[in-house]
Amino acid sequence: MVNAHLAQNPVDIDPTRDPIVVVDGLHIVYRVYGAGGKGNAASAMSRVIKRQKRPSMTEVHAIKGLSFVAYRGEAVGVIGTNGSGKSTLLQAIAGLLPPARGGVYTDGQPSLLGVNAALMKDLTGERNVVLGCLAMGMTPQETKEKYQEVVDFAGLKAGFINYPMRTYSSGMGARLRFAIAAAKTHDVLLIDEALATGDAKFRTKSQRRIEELRKEAGAVFLVAHQLDVVRETCDRVIWLDDGQMRMDGPPDEVIDAYTEATQK
Amino acid sequence: MNFGSSESLAVYAARFGLTQSSARPTLRKYIQDVWQRRHFIWAFASAKNISMYSDSRLGQVWQLLTPLLNVGVYFLIFGLLLNTSRNLPDFLPFLVTGVFMFGFMQRSIQSGSKSVGDNLSLIRALHFPRATLPLAIAVVEFQQLVLSLGVLMIIVFAFGEPLDVHMLLFPVVVALQLMFNVGAGMVMARLGAFNRDVTQLLPFITRTWLYLSGVIFSLPSLMTSSHFLKTHSWLAEILKANPGYVFVELSRHTLLGKYRHHVQHHMAGNHSSTQLWIYALIWAVVALVAGFVYFYRAEERYGRG
Repeated sequence: MVNAHLAQNPVDIDPTRDPIVVVDGLHIVYRVYGAGGKGNAASAMSRVIKRQKRPSMTEVHAIKGLSFVAYRGEAVGVIGTNGSGKSTLLQAIAGLLPPARGGVYTDGQPSLLGVNAALMKDLTGERNVVLGCLAMGMTPQETKEKYQEVVDFAGLKAGFINYPMRTYSSGMGARLRFAIAAAKTHDVLLIDEALATGDAKFRTKSQRRIEELRKEAGAVFLVAHQLDVVRETCDRVIWLDDGQMRMDGPPDEVIDAYTEATQK
Repeated sequence: MNFGSSESLAVYAARFGLTQSSARPTLRKYIQDVWQRRHFIWAFASAKNISMYSDSRLGQVWQLLTPLLNVGVYFLIFGLLLNTSRNLPDFLPFLVTGVFMFGFMQRSIQSGSKSVGDNLSLIRALHFPRATLPLAIAVVEFQQLVLSLGVLMIIVFAFGEPLDVHMLLFPVVVALQLMFNVGAGMVMARLGAFNRDVTQLLPFITRTWLYLSGVIFSLPSLMTSSHFLKTHSWLAEILKANPGYVFVELSRHTLLGKYRHHVQHHMAGNHSSTQLWIYALIWAVVALVAGFVYFYRAEERYGRG
């Protein structure tokens, strides 16, 4: 913790551009509850009486002093090995994880698109589209106008839109979710592996949509393990290693360095 | 250019009007956001209501069957077997009014406590004011109540209650009860979101509450006959101020002319409608305001892993 502060990377600010996300010396520590101890009622009771904490709780220091500035119109790819803190970073930008130290400053409310497939799994796809649009703050009129666009974009097989979302495959669910979230202009859109499940056709469509969202003066963050997707979609790549900035720059440069490092 | 030494990143961010992403909006802005989502609240409630019975063969018929069966069970046990109806006029409408109104509150509070926990995937996927969830749950229960009230009105008229100006005030009682339910549901939503044990405990609490609130027996009758309550008048005052009792009793005063008459003539001075109205109004406003603010103060923490 002590020298983690020293490890904080310096940031160059481009005074000619408008920042949209500023990450300032960010530290994220979160708690993990796992299955541990004897999982029966008697042991749980004795723990309550003795006022012990749950034995399985551990603290994870996932982001260790990260700083950077993202500007309007950027598509930032975040790469790194499993457990390097990519998803944690997106959750922190979305405001879902409180910083232990430092801070995240954004313009507008960022939206995070994760991997869990259903919004409301017992409701039909159609209801999910309508409710999702209304929840994002659209009026019923706007929702009606956007509805067909969302359904077309998701490209579900005929009829599936009337089935409950729990019957969807994970790919279909992820596609519908992305389509719903992309229906609205976001100031900051955070995409966490959500494109991984789509097929090639959907990938092209979503890349075009990301491009549009960027032009509408927002910023897009993309976490993906498929490096070619990052290379095609992003114009800047951040390489995270053990919760710290390893490299930050143009896609080709960073991805080539990353590939070289991981293939050793 | 490197501002690192002359200007900190936090200052730089503030200069461009960027804000902490995990901070919650001001209360005023929050209320505006919730109001802007009113269509979402209604659509969400309707969708929940439809999907609730979609697995059963009878489907939506259960919306009507459930209240009817409840009436049947309570009438069998408390009306016929235990005969709690002692010297009350028309026990069945008395009982049904109590069971429906109290059940409305009970279910609002219980499902309110689960409103955040049951919708985690929605909370983690989209950004919207979380208060819309307990609000939508209260609307779900309200939509269910409307059908039950249809049944209730049929029973009331079948027992020969004449149409009465007092009945016009019944929708006001329902509105006040709804306000109270929303507030209480929001308090439980916050408690339930951070401590799932609350959800397990609630059914026992509400059941105890049911027996304390004069839902299946007449509390005014008990108060005039019970020696214990007469010597401990402070306890009687607490029972009379209890919201579970206030809304139920007020519904009976507005709907059941014979009962109102009975209470006013046989227990005069003890239970005036005016006193009930004052209590109901206070409970409704206090619960709604306090519940909303209490829920709002944890807004940025809902759905956090």
